Amino acid sequence: MSEYADVLIIGAGPAGMAAALAAAPGGARIVMLDDNPAPGGQIWRDGPQANLPTLARDLRDQLQRCDNIRVHSGARVIACAGPKQLLVEDADRGWLIAYDKLILCTGARELLLPFPGWTLPGVTGAGGLQALIKGGLPVQGERVVIAGSGPLLLASAATAKHKGARVLRTAEQASTAAVAGFAAQLPRWPNKLLQSFTLFDRHYRTGTHVLAALGTERLEGVRLQQQGKIVELECDRLACGFGLIPNTQIGQALGCDLDGHALAVDTWQATRRVDHYAAGECTGFGGSELALVEGAIAGYAAVDDRQAAQALFSRRARWQGFANALNQAFALGPQLKSLAQPDTLLCRCEDVPYAALAGHADWREAKLASRCGMGACQGRVCGGALQHLFGWQPSVPRPPFSPARIETLLCLDDNPPV
Amino acid sequence: MSEGLIADVIVIGAGIIGAACAQALARRGLRVLVVDAGIPGATAAGMGHLLVLDDNPAELALSQYSLQRWREHGPDLPDGCAYRSNGTLWLAANAEEMTVAHSKYLNLQAQGVACELISRRALREREPELREGLEGGLLINGDGILYAPATANWMLDTTNIQQLRARVSEVDGNRVRLDDGRWLSAEAVILANGVQANELCPELPIEPKKGHLLITDRYPAKVTHTLVELGYVTSAHNASGPSTACNIQPRPTGQLFIGASRQFGTTDPQVEGWMLAKMLKRAIEYMPGLAQLNGIRAWTGFRAASPDGLPLVGQHPKRKGLWLAVGHEGLGVTTAPGTADLLVAQLFNETSPLAAHPYLPQRFLGEPVYA
Amino acid sequence: MPELMLDGRSLRVAEGTSVAAALALGSDGCSRTSVSGQRRAPLCGMGICQECRVTIDGRRRLACQTLCRDGMQVETRT
Repeated sequence: MSEYADVLIIGAGPAGMAAALAAAPGGARIVMLDDNPAPGGQIWRDGPQANLPTLARDLRDQLQRCDNIRVHSGARVIACAGPKQLLVEDADRGWLIAYDKLILCTGARELLLPFPGWTLPGVTGAGGLQALIKGGLPVQGERVVIAGSGPLLLASAATAKHKGARVLRTAEQASTAAVAGFAAQLPRWPNKLLQSFTLFDRHYRTGTHVLAALGTERLEGVRLQQQGKIVELECDRLACGFGLIPNTQIGQALGCDLDGHALAVDTWQATRRVDHYAAGECTGFGGSELALVEGAIAGYAAVDDRQAAQALFSRRARWQGFANALNQAFALGPQLKSLAQPDTLLCRCEDVPYAALAGHADWREAKLASRCGMGACQGRVCGGALQHLFGWQPSVPRPPFSPARIETLLCLDDNPPV
Repeated sequence: MSEGLIADVIVIGAGIIGAACAQALARRGLRVLVVDAGIPGATAAGMGHLLVLDDNPAELALSQYSLQRWREHGPDLPDGCAYRSNGTLWLAANAEEMTVAHSKYLNLQAQGVACELISRRALREREPELREGLEGGLLINGDGILYAPATANWMLDTTNIQQLRARVSEVDGNRVRLDDGRWLSAEAVILANGVQANELCPELPIEPKKGHLLITDRYPAKVTHTLVELGYVTSAHNASGPSTACNIQPRPTGQLFIGASRQFGTTDPQVEGWMLAKMLKRAIEYMPGLAQLNGIRAWTGFRAASPDGLPLVGQHPKRKGLWLAVGHEGLGVTTAPGTADLLVAQLFNETSPLAAHPYLPQRFLGEPVYA
Repeated sequence: MPELMLDGRSLRVAEGTSVAAALALGSDGCSRTSVSGQRRAPLCGMGICQECRVTIDGRRRLACQTLCRDGMQVETRT
């Protein structure tokens, strides 16, 4: 089975949705691929315990009403099948999609760093807990500790509290000065100011980081380094994440360049590869407002509406300023690189301990010797951690870009190219 | 050790062949320096399949001898080497292939290789995941599997072996020049760097033979033996164009390792979708249930192939002081111990544990020019 | 409200509930057993970490990105 799109958009979060709606009016045939059950990305994830803001609902409705936008939910890109053709898979089948223009809106994932006990049931990412709660995870009456870094901790704590959890502590590793400095700049962005004031509360501690998750079969408590003191708290859940890292794998596999850890784009959100654009968190962390405007610029650029794209440049610049302030405030401190003990598992898929990884020259050598990164996550979790801990660059991904059914791989043409 | 010599022997290449040679020499008390450029080769990419192959008597002799040595080593190998003696089950899809199975059986039995013919019904019982309608097979009991990178590392972790991460840019008999310009000398230099051997000795008739592999996620174990189609003997192994053959290996982890493919005339390491699809299609013909399993990783590797399918093991006839251990194609892991023993016997001028003649480099490079 | 089977026991959940949430609603929240025998539960909640791999109607899938459906068979120990 084969499909065609004038504009193929990967990811239906804020950036992807904005891109689709910008590209749609001219009648282009638009196809969106998203691996979640419904559009919205992480920030606007839907579910029985989700609270979608009006803007999110509006955009989803608009998407649905547009005859020339087709959304494939629960779908992932598996391989390049040709110069402008991808192999994709969903729960039922694999198929090929050919395209003229491509917009990557693959978002970001949490940086999860290893610490003793992090593999215990009960430990999740900070955004991870929020996502799970939105999908129906019951947290009523549970004692929760949120930890790590970034404004996502506040959002996660708010979601947990709203669903009846007792948030005992929100442990931000950044210093009081850094966070205060960031908060002082919030008046520049009025909407954000409102959001943040409802999120800070008396259990928020700066200069605090997790030392260990405690428990035998599952999480029973956490040990924190809180402004110089050791503190232990009994709890049922630990939600710990250290900021976001861009999902660049598909972009890299398609030949796009990186700028630091993110996909490199020019002022039109265009990548190095002709007819390939990128927008949103995969081009650098910045929040949903920035993702929306970048997505719209990419959408307009993809259908050659340069005027409409250009009209958004100043708005993008404004939200880029917010992003820069965020990144500076919540930079990760060096103490987070020493949390893992020799026997702390670093690769969770293959159960490879930290000790097995020290001393190797690079990612490839470490992988071969220890099997770290050879599991189902394809190095997304351990590779993210190792890049932070040792500066190891992950390798360019090979197909399958995600675990895929073997029958899906059979959709690839088995004739050699002429 | 003489003055000016960095070691008794320099081995170029820390893959399974170089590692085995280094270990054998080190155990004899020689000081060995293993120089490796850090370019992962066939040892890193391959299936780690230990198998007896009888395409010709020399191949059978070397693989049989080496398998015996692996079975002796087996208990010494640490857990990370994942050594298992799970046998190879050659599959006959039809009567014609079953005839081939029969003649292999007779040949192998005559040479003392433990094997048994498997009937259609016995095949269904032993390997229920295989499709109905296969004619039967040949089980070679003493074959096995291991994780080659860990095994090479274990071999290199031997007293008297030193390792150096460096690229050799030139070989001149018993001395080598590194990328940084330094010359290192030894009593002998052993070239064991697989597909890179041509860079140092352009006269070597080594061709890279590309292969694809895929591994699945972990599933409850349902396959026992390494399953290889007898068509492998007729198709993949001998033809000249790109081809595939069913090769399914059950890993101790519960993953299934799926191969095999081969292509000549390319050094591009990219996974080629068409070849992957072709290879998987072939595997599914033998094991339909594979279709529903998740593949989590695919990669490629290059086998160092020689024109007659046998490695070059012995002195370089034109370059005194240089010894060769290259061109093992898909039997590197299998024949590593045998290769090492052959070389050691020649270096020490001892009786060879098996006839060395078929593997001597002079069959391609001409007769020796020095005494 | 879909009804599904989780490790052989039946469970009814609200429409739109993820299988990951169902693991906690109907059992101890665990999705799989690791290589070294540890029980694991969903970690990232967004389809990256692969800790929430479960078998759904005979196929290996991610619980956090799969919605519960009527009659679904979910197993966490295969």
